[in-house]
Amino acid sequence: MLRIFKKILTTGVVTERFSLRSHAEHGNEDELEPLGIQIKQHIDRQFSGSLAIRAVDAGSCNGCELEIHALNNPFYDIERFGVHFVASPRHADVLLVTGPVSRHMQTALLRTYEATPNPKWVVAVGDCSACGGEFGVSYASCGAVSNVIPVDAVISGCPPTPLVLMQGLLGLMNIEK
Amino acid sequence: MNSSNWTADFLSRLNADIRVSEIDIASITLWQIESDAWQRFAELAVQQNLRWAAGWAEQVQSRFLVNACFEKEGKSILLRTIVEASNPALPSQATVYPAANRSERHTQDMFGIKFIGHPDNRRWTRHQAWIENSYPLRKDFPVQGTPVGITPPDRDYPFIKSHGQGTYEIPVGPVHAGIIEPGHFRFQAVGELILNLEERLGYVHKGIEKIAEGRTPESLARLAGRISGDTTVGHGWAACMAMEQAADVEIPPRAALIRGILAERERIANHMGDIGGICNDVAFVFAQIQFTRMRELWLRTNAKVFGHRLLMDQIVPGGVACDLSEESCALIKKDILELRVELADVILALDLNSSLEDRLYTAGHLSEEIASAFGTLGYVGRASGQDKDVRRDAPYAPYDRVTVKVALENQGDIASRVWVRYKEIRTALRLIEEFIGQLEVGDIRTEWKTPPIGNEGLGIVEGWRGEIISYIRFDADNKIARFYPRDPSQINWPALEKLVLNNIVPDFPVCNKSLNGSYSGNDL
Repeated sequence: MLRIFKKILTTGVVTERFSLRSHAEHGNEDELEPLGIQIKQHIDRQFSGSLAIRAVDAGSCNGCELEIHALNNPFYDIERFGVHFVASPRHADVLLVTGPVSRHMQTALLRTYEATPNPKWVVAVGDCSACGGEFGVSYASCGAVSNVIPVDAVISGCPPTPLVLMQGLLGLMNIEK
Repeated sequence: MNSSNWTADFLSRLNADIRVSEIDIASITLWQIESDAWQRFAELAVQQNLRWAAGWAEQVQSRFLVNACFEKEGKSILLRTIVEASNPALPSQATVYPAANRSERHTQDMFGIKFIGHPDNRRWTRHQAWIENSYPLRKDFPVQGTPVGITPPDRDYPFIKSHGQGTYEIPVGPVHAGIIEPGHFRFQAVGELILNLEERLGYVHKGIEKIAEGRTPESLARLAGRISGDTTVGHGWAACMAMEQAADVEIPPRAALIRGILAERERIANHMGDIGGICNDVAFVFAQIQFTRMRELWLRTNAKVFGHRLLMDQIVPGGVACDLSEESCALIKKDILELRVELADVILALDLNSSLEDRLYTAGHLSEEIASAFGTLGYVGRASGQDKDVRRDAPYAPYDRVTVKVALENQGDIASRVWVRYKEIRTALRLIEEFIGQLEVGDIRTEWKTPPIGNEGLGIVEGWRGEIISYIRFDADNKIARFYPRDPSQINWPALEKLVLNNIVPDFPVCNKSLNGSYSGNDL
C-alpha cells in the first residue's frame, strides 16, 4: 500500500494546465486551457454542469476509440470540464459515433439514436464517420454517419487527436437546440 | 529452432496417401492437392503436429482456389486446391482443426464454397446486408451490392439454446456499455456461473477484402493500416511484405530497422493500455491511471518523431515514410530509460497487491491443451505455454539481426497474460535500443517495380497480438487482385468462449480484456 501512495505522491498531478505549459512546449496546444474553460461555461449553462456522452462504434477500425479513451487519461482528464461517458444512450445528451456505418450496425445505430432522449446531439468522429474514409460506401458499408442518422457536428482526423476531439466538442456547444 | 526438414519427411509420408504437386513460387512453399484430399491432408497434418494458421479462397475465372496455411517449427507451407465454380464443394478441415471452423464459414458466406462435413454450417460473416445465395467475393458481385433501404437486424441467427431449470440467457451487445467495438455475446448461466458463451461477431464487416481489389500498392497499404486501428503497423507491415515479395522488391536495411522500431513501439503502447485496462476491470484504478499516463507520454513521442500518435501510414510499399534523425533517436532512448524506471515502480506495486492477486490469479484459465488445439496466438497462447513467435521462429529483417527472447508462462490465467505482456514490453524496449544502435546511413525506401500479372506474396509478421498473415495476388498494371489479411484475433476469439467457462458473469469484462481480440480485424 505504501508503494502505491509513494508512487501517487511522486507522480504528482500531471493534468495539464494547458495555458502555462503549452506556451513553452507545444505550439498549438495553447488554446486548450481557454478551450476547456469555454467548454465548462457552456456545459454549466446548457447542461446544468454535466454533459453525458455515449460513444457508439458503428464500424470503426478502433483507432478513434483509442483516442476517445485518451480523453480520460490524467493529462486531458476531460471530466474536469463536466464531460463524462455513460453506459446507456438513455443517459446521454450526446452520441459520439465513430466509423463508417457498417450495414450490419445500421439498425443498432438507429435504435441507439432512438433510445437517446431529446434534446440530443450527434457528433461524427473521424474521417470515416465524416465521409466514409478508406471504406466509403459499399455492399457492407453505409459510409458517413449522416447517411444513417442526422449529424450535428463532425470531428475529422484519422483518428482525431484528443486535442482535436476537445475542440470539436466545443464546436458542438455553439449549436443551439 | 531447427526448422530444417520436417517438410521433406512429411511430404514423403503424404505421397503414400495423397498426390501433392510442389509449385515453385519465390519465398512460398506451395503444395497443391486434389480437392477430395483436403480433409485427409488435415488428418495427416494434425498427426505431425502442424498448426493450422489461416484459410481463404479466391476466384480465378471460373474456378476457385482454396488455400490453407500450416506452420511447424517456424516453417510455413501454403496448401492449395482448385474447385470448379460449377460445383464449389470440398471436405472440411474444421472437423480436424477447430481453428478452421470460422474461417471456413467465412469462405462459405463470401464465396459460396461448401465445406462438406463442417461441424457447424451456420452463417458467420453474413448477417442481413446481402441475401442468401449471393456471395460478395465472387467476381460477378458488384462492390456496391444491392442494398435495400435499412439493413434489418440479424434476429433469426440460431444461437445454441440451453434447457433445464435455473439456466438463463444473457444477451450482450452489439452496442456495449463502454468505449469499445461492437459484437454480440450470448451467455448461458446458472446463478453467476457461466455455463456457455457464444460469440456472434461480424457487426463491423466493412468489405475490406472486396474494396481491396483494384487498389494500387500505396492505397492497399493505407487500407491495411486500418484493418485494426491498434495494429496499424502490424497489418501495414504484413501487407507490404506480401506485396514486396510479389514484386521482388527488397527494402533497404535502414527501412527494415525503422519498421522494427515502429512495430515494437506499437507493441509497447498496446500492452501498456491492456495492462491498465485489465486492472481497471477489477477496479484497481491506480494501475489504470499510471498505465494510461505512461501510454500517453509514449504516444506523444510517436507524434513528435513520426508525426502520428498511432503510427498510421508509416509503413509504405518498399520501405517506410519517415526517417529517424539523430535527435529523434536520442529522444526515444531517453524515453526508454525513463519508462523502465516507471515500470519497475508500478509493476512492483501491482505484484504486491493482494486484491489484484485475488482477482487475476486462476481467473479465465485457458489450458495448454485447448490453446494448442485452437492454435492460440500471441500473448494469449504464450501465457498458456504456446512457445511461438514469428520474430524468433521465422525471423524477417530486422529480427534476423537480433536475438528475440520469447516470454512464456504456463499458468494460462489472466495474471499470466499480464505477466507475458509485461515481459514483452521489457523485450521490446531492448529491441528498440538494439535497432537504433544498428541504424546506418542509407535509403528508407526502394523504388517500386510493377510485378507481373498473377504474382503472389505471403507476408507473415509478429504483430502485437500475435502472428499476422497477409496474402496478396497482383493483377495487371500494379493492381491488387486479391488481399486477405488474417488477424490473430480470428484465431484467438474462440479461445475466449473456452476460458470464460466456470467463471462468473461479472468477471467476463476482465476475461475479455485479457484476450483483447480485435472485432474489426476479425470481421474485415
